[in-house]
Amino acid sequence: MNGSLRFIEEFRDPLAGRSIIGRLEKSVTRPIRLMEFCGGHTHAFYRFGLLGLLPEKIRMIHGPGCPVCILPMGRIDAAIDLSLRPEVLLVTYGDVLRVPGSAGMTLMKAKSRGADVRIIYSAVEALALARKHPERKVVFFAIGFETTTPPTAAVLVEARKTGLRNFFVFANHVMTPPAMRAILSDTNPGAELDGMIGPSHVSTVIGSNAYSFVADEFRIPVVIAGFEPLDILLALNMLATQISGNRAVVENEYRRAVTPEGNQLAQRLIREVFETAPSFEWRGLGILRESSLQIRPEFSAHDALCHFDISIPAVPDPKACECGEILKGLKRPQDCRIFGSLCTPDTPVGSCMVSAEGACAAAYHYGSGTVVGKARETVY
Amino acid sequence: MCLAIPACVTEKLDEARVRVRLGGIEQVVSTVLLDSVDIGDYLIVHVGFALGKINSEEALETLAMMKDWPEGETS
Ligand code: SF4
Repeated sequence: MNGSLRFIEEFRDPLAGRSIIGRLEKSVTRPIRLMEFCGGHTHAFYRFGLLGLLPEKIRMIHGPGCPVCILPMGRIDAAIDLSLRPEVLLVTYGDVLRVPGSAGMTLMKAKSRGADVRIIYSAVEALALARKHPERKVVFFAIGFETTTPPTAAVLVEARKTGLRNFFVFANHVMTPPAMRAILSDTNPGAELDGMIGPSHVSTVIGSNAYSFVADEFRIPVVIAGFEPLDILLALNMLATQISGNRAVVENEYRRAVTPEGNQLAQRLIREVFETAPSFEWRGLGILRESSLQIRPEFSAHDALCHFDISIPAVPDPKACECGEILKGLKRPQDCRIFGSLCTPDTPVGSCMVSAEGACAAAYHYGSGTVVGKARETVY
Repeated sequence: MCLAIPACVTEKLDEARVRVRLGGIEQVVSTVLLDSVDIGDYLIVHVGFALGKINSEEALETLAMMKDWPEGETS
């Protein structure tokens, strides 16, 4: 067997896929609205052309689980401002460079104006750059949910241990459960969800127990799913079965990688380095209490917010952009007037068009059968 | 940012790093977030760090579950 394809091809088997879809047709007894929280799933829905295969009674709503999509413009502005300071070498993950801040400014444009901005694939590279350039102040603009947080924590521990004085983290790490709570709460009544697909990799870290409140408090079923087409279809079927049986529990389709408790080592590391921040402004969801992490005082020597004078302005989104409504599950990418015309992956106006996990970028690249579809990978 | 492909461990480099094969590409990843790693393990890798391991027994059970249904018997 070709080792590199194990655990992939089996989960793309077209025959099994059709069989699950056939079963799904029978399990769905009324129109239902389901949200895939994670942008990785949004991407998979489009990439594998799954949306067009689902029974008409199922409406998929794209969730806010896309790290760059939920970054508010003010934080991008703050990163741009930092990057333009002569002593600073700013590093971040690739997608961040194209997220528009105020007045169409991006980190990419700052770079072309002389700012030293570098793309890293891994947090480890940020540390390496700090070691290589002791005369510079290396600032890691760290973003993401519970998957990128443990790596950031790991490099902060390492920086502290080795006394790397020129290494700083500008932390923008957010948490999945508070965002789910915001989506389901009374302040966001429009989404009216019947069920939720739980994220794959985030759940590897936080475990399936982390979603109990969705089932217990909101009476909404959750099924954690892997990223392959069969994972998603099976999870939809599990959700439909719960819904028709009037049940709401947390189920785990992705048992091969997710346990009830999650990765305890990673969780311990997160708690060692970070504490819950009082509030964080999310693009689309607004200011959410206790929804993000801040660096603990023990690590303040490496906290960019302590070392630099940074202001994070409150900046409204561009008027035409519907990202906010899309992230709340109230609108679809095609509902935006400038989708595919003024706003494209090459010229993103909003953050949802930047990353492959953003709903607008996924809809643009692959189409859904009803909109511009350029390169859909057909599995079925 | 989520790379969905599990990466196979081909070599242990030191206490905290392994070499993996990932869709034909070789890469070094950090294993500080895992208790133990063996050659041949399949890892969930994210931004250069292994976040978890694939449990192959569970994988087989999930696959069996899909095939157990009446409609699936034809496959
Ligand atoms: S198409 Fe562009 S402008 Fe419209 S909602 Fe999406 S990202 Fe925002």
